[in-house]
Amino acid sequence: MKYENYIKMEFPSKTANESMARSVAGVFAAQLDPTMEELGDIKTAVSEAVTNCIVHAYPDCLGRILLRCRILDKNRLEIVVRDWGRGIEDVEKARSPLYTTGGEERSGMGFTIMESFMDKLTVRSRPGEGTTVVMVRVIPQRTKKS
Amino acid sequence: MKLEKKYSDGHLALSLEGELDQHTAQGLFREMESVMDRYLPRSCAVDLSRLSFMDSSGIAVVLRLRKKAGENGIKIWLEDPSPQPMRVLAASGIGRLVKIENRKGSVNR
Ligand SMILES: Nc1ncnc2c1ncn2[C@@H]1O[C@H](COP(=O)(O)OP(=O)(O)OP(=O)(O)O)[C@@H](O)[C@H]1O
Ligand SMILES: [Mg+2]
Repeated sequence: MKYENYIKMEFPSKTANESMARSVAGVFAAQLDPTMEELGDIKTAVSEAVTNCIVHAYPDCLGRILLRCRILDKNRLEIVVRDWGRGIEDVEKARSPLYTTGGEERSGMGFTIMESFMDKLTVRSRPGEGTTVVMVRVIPQRTKKS
Repeated sequence: MKLEKKYSDGHLALSLEGELDQHTAQGLFREMESVMDRYLPRSCAVDLSRLSFMDSSGIAVVLRLRKKAGENGIKIWLEDPSPQPMRVLAASGIGRLVKIENRKGSVNR
């Protein structure tokens, strides 16, 4: 697939890295000249995916998280968040609203938010091997207001 | 993450400032909980106008606060969420459980 630009970074699964990850994705997305709302949606989706790696993939250890952002065909932003943690047994079930294995501190809304804030969400996972979340958001090119 | 609190005459006004995510959620909830325990107000408003970011970790905080308030007979609601938190609140459908007031007259979605 042809891409215009990309960044790739890896960081340990510490909650302190959540704001760094979503900021980086936001700064990368800025080159597509998104609206404030589009930018907020992208940062929120990244925050959800990264938080899932930290709390679910590596519940009681530190692990690696990969964030990759690419621009495809001029106006499509693709974001990949990957971990090598516990994995998900039943992805379809995990994606359904309010489903959580996390108890009182979770609301089970993460995948639902990623789905509604991005144009496309793909989740690949294997128990014991890890999870890859791929999200795409189209940022329409708008004519500049003068 | 900053929590401002003002108590007067049975009403507790809380205001959140900063970014609410998994990193800040637990500490914030504990602090709000202890403020509620200290004042035992009749009503509690949580101002979100200076909250610049919130994800689903924040939804869980709101749900836990609602539970805590319910157990103590405290009426609780949210006020003036800024745009990004409002989109997350709307996507979660939490408005059905906790009232979201917009004092500046903007429309809830
Ligand atoms: N990276 C991951 N590794 C392992 N399990 C995951 C991962 N991401 C999600 N899950 C599983 O899918 C479930 C649903 O995830 P989702 O983000 O929708 O909700 P949540 O994280 O439980 O709650 P919230 O996102 O509202 O805080 C999780 O409870 C967890 O069991
Ligand atoms: Mg989640």
